Amino acid sequence: MIDGALGGSVNQEYLLQARQMQAMSFMVHIPLVCFGIAFPAMVLFVEGLWLRTGDPLYKLLAKRWSKAMVLLFAVGVVTGTILSFEMGLLWPEFMATFGDVFGLAFGVEGFSFFIEAIFIAIYVYGWDRLPPRVHLAAGVPMVIAGITGSFMVIAVNGWMNQPTGFRIQGGDVVDIHPWRALLNDNFWHEFVHMYLAGFIVAGFLVAGVYAFGWLKGRRERHQRVALVVALTVAALAAPAQLLVGDWAARTVAVNQPVKLAAFEGLKDTTKGAPFSVAGGIEIPDLLSLLAFHDPSATVKGLNIVPPEDRPPVGLVKFSFRTMVVIGSALAALGAWFLLTWWRRFRLPASRWFYRAVVAAGPLSFVALIAGWVTTEVGRQPWVVYEVMRTDEAVTGAGGIPVGFVALGLVYAGLVVIAAVMLRRLGRQPFHAS
Amino acid sequence: MLPELAVALALLALTGYVVLGGADFGGGFWDLTAGGAERGAPVRALIKRSMSPVWEANHVWLIFLLVVLWTAFPEAFGSIMSTLAVPIFLAALGIVLRGGAFALKGEAATIAEARLLGATFALSSVLVPFFLGTAAGAIAAGEVPVGNASGGAFSSWTGPTPILVGLLSVATGAHLAAVFLGADAERAGRPGLVRAFRTRALTSGAAAGALAIAGLAVLNSDAPDLFDGLTSGLGLACVAASALAGLVTLALEWTERFELARFSAALAVAAIVAGWAAAQEPYLLPPGLTVTEAAAPDATLAALLIACGAGMLVLVPALIWLFRLAVSGRLAYDEEPRP
Repeated sequence: MIDGALGGSVNQEYLLQARQMQAMSFMVHIPLVCFGIAFPAMVLFVEGLWLRTGDPLYKLLAKRWSKAMVLLFAVGVVTGTILSFEMGLLWPEFMATFGDVFGLAFGVEGFSFFIEAIFIAIYVYGWDRLPPRVHLAAGVPMVIAGITGSFMVIAVNGWMNQPTGFRIQGGDVVDIHPWRALLNDNFWHEFVHMYLAGFIVAGFLVAGVYAFGWLKGRRERHQRVALVVALTVAALAAPAQLLVGDWAARTVAVNQPVKLAAFEGLKDTTKGAPFSVAGGIEIPDLLSLLAFHDPSATVKGLNIVPPEDRPPVGLVKFSFRTMVVIGSALAALGAWFLLTWWRRFRLPASRWFYRAVVAAGPLSFVALIAGWVTTEVGRQPWVVYEVMRTDEAVTGAGGIPVGFVALGLVYAGLVVIAAVMLRRLGRQPFHAS
Repeated sequence: MLPELAVALALLALTGYVVLGGADFGGGFWDLTAGGAERGAPVRALIKRSMSPVWEANHVWLIFLLVVLWTAFPEAFGSIMSTLAVPIFLAALGIVLRGGAFALKGEAATIAEARLLGATFALSSVLVPFFLGTAAGAIAAGEVPVGNASGGAFSSWTGPTPILVGLLSVATGAHLAAVFLGADAERAGRPGLVRAFRTRALTSGAAAGALAIAGLAVLNSDAPDLFDGLTSGLGLACVAASALAGLVTLALEWTERFELARFSAALAVAAIVAGWAAAQEPYLLPPGLTVTEAAAPDATLAALLIACGAGMLVLVPALIWLFRLAVSGRLAYDEEPRP
């Protein structure tokens, strides 16, 4: 149905490796995006506490966090660059055919990235050199740019899931409305979902570090403040994420019924569809209830499309469950913290709470990746939903396995060294930092 | 009209990257050649101090260039990225190694760690401009046909013209860095470093100039169309402007007027970019694809130009503020002694 601006499908032996290389690149970059979304706001909040109370502890904490922030930002800059390159290196036909439809969003994202890079530099290197209020104000653009940047990238992903703003005529893309493509229906829930995920992942990872120290007996005041700030962020976002997840699932049910069917592995269109939980137990009507808020609603099955148009069901189903189970557990953990804080104005006393927070950091990362696998693999075999297949988008260039291995090695080194450096940053004596 | 404006936007991004990003890669070149750990320490410290606050923003020009290309000229973008996948992927790996090593080496605790990260930073700083330069040279030499990996995976970028442009990219970056760092050293009140970078600016300027002249001879036989474009009309005017600005830079360095040299050096390099564009006009991918043919529909171009125009209203003041703070030495690691 679509011809492709570069001449259509090519024979690419390593399509799967190209997809895996792309997936690996996202896995390294997306947690850094979470920090790009949430960390500036957390740092600014703590600096604001300093300006308000004059307590130097807050300033030291904000300064210390800002050093970790710029380090993570730098790694995010280079891993994000790899993603922009891979758009063309791996999927040139996709870019050549649709770049003029969705590219505008990346234009706005480019400016956001510029602003974020400029103001992070001014903020981090401007401590004690700019007047305090100017310094705080310099942090505001980096928070805003973090939001608008992810907003735009998600707009493109939303568009891939629900392509709008163009028509296909005789195999060509015509009648392009770039603004309409950008503000597609699918993107609002994706954006809010990812935005909250940013706060959950960054919040729990930071809190996990301090909870680990807490269990080891490191319970000075600055550690308590850091723990409370990070936990509050994550604990507020995690329960809200359940509601947004519900919204997302209902939108998918309407816009991408095949993807929803893959969540459950539902073969046939069913009225009052069940949802299977652990151990093969099925809860009747639950899928209908989740997807349409109506236990007797009809849920479309995978059989509405031919087998070659269905995603790999096993992986999608497993990822979806992983995300939902971890997300629910994180919401419960957040509620535990919030209730204790609200009723007793202190942190929970149980060691199990701190153990759970330590686990919540990596688990929230797993849930994040599982969520992206759910939506990205769930869209397969399409790169542009029901318009262009992934195997029509791929490059004709050779050497994908070589590139995959090379990038994997470089990323392994990058992740290890960044982790060592962050750990070292954390071990510097607090009052000297 | 709109396609030409979009090309101008792409050229703005390219110039920003070649001048500002190029100077950061040049910083890596001087880090690489600074000598042993002890002797090279002051040079490396100045490079780190100058680069730390600005390299990420300078790097964004490259992302911006990619975005403009894939939005405004998607077919050309797909053709370039698939045919030139090898040098572009190598450059991308180098970008990860350069940025990662630079950001992380500040936390190195032992000499061995600092050496490993420092060497990675310095070496990749040379490789990235080289490979990106070969990619640009391959486009200029007409080696990138329209299509999905339709050109030679290796032959497209290993001819004399691409290699020449790769080397020229390294040389111009090193020259820009030497000029910028010399001016930074003067502001920081470090006469020893000022002398060191003055020598480097003069030699690298002479080397880049010699390479450019030798390069014209290479182009004459290897890429005659490009040679004709660079030796007539607007292309010739740009080449002449570049040569003149280069000579002015050398004179300013000789007479120790380092702040002014920043601008003439940047102009010399920017004029080469403009000359390249003028030389292959009206083609985006010579010898077949013109700018007009390659351009996205007007609706897309208009939206992109409007968005970028609005973006510039925010970006330009922010960049000016950043550079003013950086050049005046008000952005630096606090653990370093203030000059």
